Amino acid sequence: MKITLGDHSRVFGKKISDMIGQNIDGCYQCGKCTAGCPIAYAMEVPPHEVIRLVQLGREEEALALHTIWLCASCETCTSRCPKNIDVAAAMDALRVLAFRQGQTGVEKEITLFHKLFLKVIERFGRVNDLQLMGRYNLLTLNPLKDWRLGRKLLAKGKLKLTTPPVKGLQEFQEIIKRVLAKRGEGA
Amino acid sequence: MKYAYYPGCSLHSTASDYQQSIDSVFKKLSIELEEIEGWTCCGASAAHVTDDLLPLVLPAKDLLQAEKMGLEVLAPCAACYNRMRLTTHKLRENAELRRKVNQILRSDYEGKVKVRHISDVVVNEYGLEAIAKLLVKDLKGLKVACYYGCLSARPQKIVAFDDPVYPSYLDRLIQTLGGEAIEWPFKTECCGGSFSVSKKDVVLKLTHDLLDMAQDLGAEAIVVDCPLCQFNLDFRQEEVEKKYGAHFALPVFYFTQLLGVGLGLRGEELGLKKLNVDPFALLEKKNLRI
Repeated sequence: MKITLGDHSRVFGKKISDMIGQNIDGCYQCGKCTAGCPIAYAMEVPPHEVIRLVQLGREEEALALHTIWLCASCETCTSRCPKNIDVAAAMDALRVLAFRQGQTGVEKEITLFHKLFLKVIERFGRVNDLQLMGRYNLLTLNPLKDWRLGRKLLAKGKLKLTTPPVKGLQEFQEIIKRVLAKRGEGA
Repeated sequence: MKYAYYPGCSLHSTASDYQQSIDSVFKKLSIELEEIEGWTCCGASAAHVTDDLLPLVLPAKDLLQAEKMGLEVLAPCAACYNRMRLTTHKLRENAELRRKVNQILRSDYEGKVKVRHISDVVVNEYGLEAIAKLLVKDLKGLKVACYYGCLSARPQKIVAFDDPVYPSYLDRLIQTLGGEAIEWPFKTECCGGSFSVSKKDVVLKLTHDLLDMAQDLGAEAIVVDCPLCQFNLDFRQEEVEKKYGAHFALPVFYFTQLLGVGLGLRGEELGLKKLNVDPFALLEKKNLRI
């Protein structure tokens, strides 16, 4: 994409820099993150250009990208950046902000999966695959998704219908409540 | 040798064969695991994309327990390992974050406990020489591609215990077992990890590329040490074949399963029947009756 320097603001770049604990202006657009990104082929804007948008303060554009959700957190970008910019952490920071602002519609299924994952662990303390898949399939109106796979996993004893309760679950749930109460104060 | 054990959610479900093989192999090696009581999910792939404190608080809760046990933590899942290493690193480096996390946990966790990946413990701590002495079966003629994935290699300064781009610890283990580990360029490429459900097309493409390369270079099986990689490569393999018109039939072993074969353990002790792509024909071909 063509990025011009006309429309810019310092606020957003500073916000992301604060969240990842380093100055994102250090990125000089070499494209090494994009070269190593296994999912760049599916992104409408490659990772190095996302960083550029952040530097220019183009918050609205950055938070509306499919790219930020398609990042699989493989950390290749972070590991290879010659300026030691934690690109994967910047992707996380963008997603955290998008979640806070309720801007998750662009990749509905990915964001729904994240939300349900956290709901399930809050309820059970651990991931319960059957609960997670069941809820996901219901809410995506696709009740038969992966049913063959599910049947196979059940037959192989890799999915359990019930799981024993986790010791100290209530305390764990209290901890999550305290995190949620802090949300938005910044870490 | 004794460790505080953090199995992680997968080991109780989709990777129960990994757990079975760990139990059997560690018994043979006399490595003791004491499970962290009441352990809960580390937040894996979801916590760090939705919140800034949650991905630190979740692992810290159990790391605090381990610190009290006075043991190093052993994690068999690359994702748990990665999140726990990141958490200890961040909380050690950043006093303000540590204060916030401790306030939520109502604790005084210092981030001192050391987290180890199971492969690091087996290969580097227990050691290949000691393993060689216990072997009763030879994996001679078995050609495998060792696949390391992302999360025990990157970010390298915080999690890697070998070369982060072209690691060799699993290759060396396979050679010790008498097998052959092929040289291939995708050792630390990504399989798509947690997108297996919510963005399956990406996972099918990435796993296709991995399986295709491994097969092209002569691998008869793949060896992994991460439940997410195993699931995608093994349980999505038929869909990959269908979508791309390919034929792979490549078994995907946990490294502990092949190590167990070398140690003379039986198939049922290693959960081999729980693999999706049948491994028995290949093992028979290599005169490995188990």
